[in-house]
Amino acid sequence: MDKLVIADRHFTSRLLIGTGKFSSSEVMVEAIEASGAEIVTVALRRVDITNQNDDMLAAIDRSKYLLLPNTSGARTADEAIRLSRLARAATGINWVKLEVTPDPYYLLPDPVETLKAAEILVKEGFVVLPYINADPILSKKLQDVGTATVMPLASPIGSNQGLKTRDALEIIIEQANVPVIVDAGLGLPSHAAEAMEIGADAVLVNTAIATAADPAKMSEAFKFAVIAGRTAYLSGAAAESKKASASSPLTGFLRDE
Amino acid sequence: MTITTKHPDIKKILADRGLDGSGREIWQKRLAETTRAEVEWALSRPPGYYVLDRLLILISPAAENFIEQMAQLAHQLTLQRFGRTVRLYAPLYLSNFCVNDCVYCGFNKSHKFPRIRLTIEQSLAEADIIAKEGFKDLLLVSSEDKDFIGVDYLAELASILRQKFSSLAVEIYQMATEEYTKLFAAGIEGVTLYQETYDRDTYCKYHPAGPKADYDYRLSAPEAIAQAGMREIGIGALLGLSDWRLETLALAEHAHYLMKHYWQSRVSFSFPRLRPAKDVDRSQFSLLSDKNLVQMILALRLCFADAGMTISTREPAHLRDHLVKLGITRMSAGSKTNPGGYSGSTGSVEQFEIDDKRTPAQIAAMLKSQGLEPVWKDWDSAFAKS
Repeated sequence: MDKLVIADRHFTSRLLIGTGKFSSSEVMVEAIEASGAEIVTVALRRVDITNQNDDMLAAIDRSKYLLLPNTSGARTADEAIRLSRLARAATGINWVKLEVTPDPYYLLPDPVETLKAAEILVKEGFVVLPYINADPILSKKLQDVGTATVMPLASPIGSNQGLKTRDALEIIIEQANVPVIVDAGLGLPSHAAEAMEIGADAVLVNTAIATAADPAKMSEAFKFAVIAGRTAYLSGAAAESKKASASSPLTGFLRDE
Repeated sequence: MTITTKHPDIKKILADRGLDGSGREIWQKRLAETTRAEVEWALSRPPGYYVLDRLLILISPAAENFIEQMAQLAHQLTLQRFGRTVRLYAPLYLSNFCVNDCVYCGFNKSHKFPRIRLTIEQSLAEADIIAKEGFKDLLLVSSEDKDFIGVDYLAELASILRQKFSSLAVEIYQMATEEYTKLFAAGIEGVTLYQETYDRDTYCKYHPAGPKADYDYRLSAPEAIAQAGMREIGIGALLGLSDWRLETLALAEHAHYLMKHYWQSRVSFSFPRLRPAKDVDRSQFSLLSDKNLVQMILALRLCFADAGMTISTREPAHLRDHLVKLGITRMSAGSKTNPGGYSGSTGSVEQFEIDDKRTPAQIAAMLKSQGLEPVWKDWDSAFAKS
């Protein structure tokens, strides 16, 4: 059975869902259910993590989904570490999606601060899933300090532009010793399928689902796309070539002998 | 890490472009001559693309005929960048004592009325009422009453309020970087401060006396705020003092400058239109229409995809109900603009009359009915050092 394994936990679904930008908690829950996802990420800034009755937290059934807190909004390693500790103290969850984004507009991740925070959090016993730019060397360094995955972006978060970083993603996937989860920028199911086809272990989607006219339906579409992409990857797709190669202009004469 | 880059001067940038009022006629002529073809070009640019000329075209009279198209694009862009959400906040007025003489303001020092300043205890009591309504995002507001509402007062208040609110910001008189740094350390993460008007002559006319009379000093405020490490810088022009189109151009250049040079602080826009206030004669102002206001909001959204955009209870309910689909990302609700207004204990004079008097619960219900999630909390006090 083809399972996604992160820090010794097994998951059937390879689609992770983000919870921002939904029109209501009810719509969010429907979308999560339709996606078949088992991991759901929640921004610590958006919820009151110390309050069990928080609207968004209460809406997510913790017996069905692994709640993955994220440090969205942190500008430095210190802030991300502080938020992670607070979340663990309040919930007992020691998984964290590490996001350090000092630029408030494109929300691109800071490689220096992310690596610094990851090293400290891993030492403190956290299961760290870092959001990074599609940088193969950073990806290796994060694995060296013990992160459970790497989560490179496909294009800037919320941009729906698809796999703009494809070449770098392929190197990261080729070199990875941990699951590679493509995060950010996947605007259509076909983008998610493409990420899976090139060998990503999973994808994370939020904006494309939350801002669709029918989020639950779009969520389902992503579910199928991820399955299709993964199946294609496992099936050993035929090699692609830009040109037809029927003739042998240089060696064709050999056949005449 | 020390930042060693030397920044150009915003004062010089505005002067060079004639956006401090010195190029008024040239800009007005250019605006009047904008053509339909230019508007079509501006609309075809990628969403969020900013150059001054594109903004100028989008706010021109010629673009008024394209307002529905602009609205469609702005709606899509806001939906993509911010989702189906609107943040809610409440203002807490601390004092209406003032040393300034701003002609348009109800708190003008020359106006005769019983002045009120809240003690820390009174402010906390007001904040309790606001918190009970569900707010997590609080804006502390004060007139220029430095002797009473000083840095120490604000820092002390903030350090207590942090337990109850996830996000604290101030909209107060201008301070120096060191003072902003103290506020940031106490848990205040945003500052809103309007230039009021970017037109130098108009500025001098409406700010005849007090510390606020210095145009250049006022213009330096957002940088001081950014240098203190504040996360959110709210800027705006008080609409009604000068030609709104020229104000929009200057405001955008100011925002663009801050975004480039202080890239870790998020710039947000506010759109305060002048409101009736006690003892203020409004006949002297050039108030802008709903259509103009909408055009301004749409044009700025199309040029700045990720800027926060705030609309307060100054604006009427029917307009606010539409604006949440046209680029606005944050709104106040149930506001009182007089110190002690929430408990009703002081009966004090308000800075201006609010228009949308609906309760926070009614505003939340209105948003839900439009398929928007009212967001009470979008920050956490854990970001700040304790």
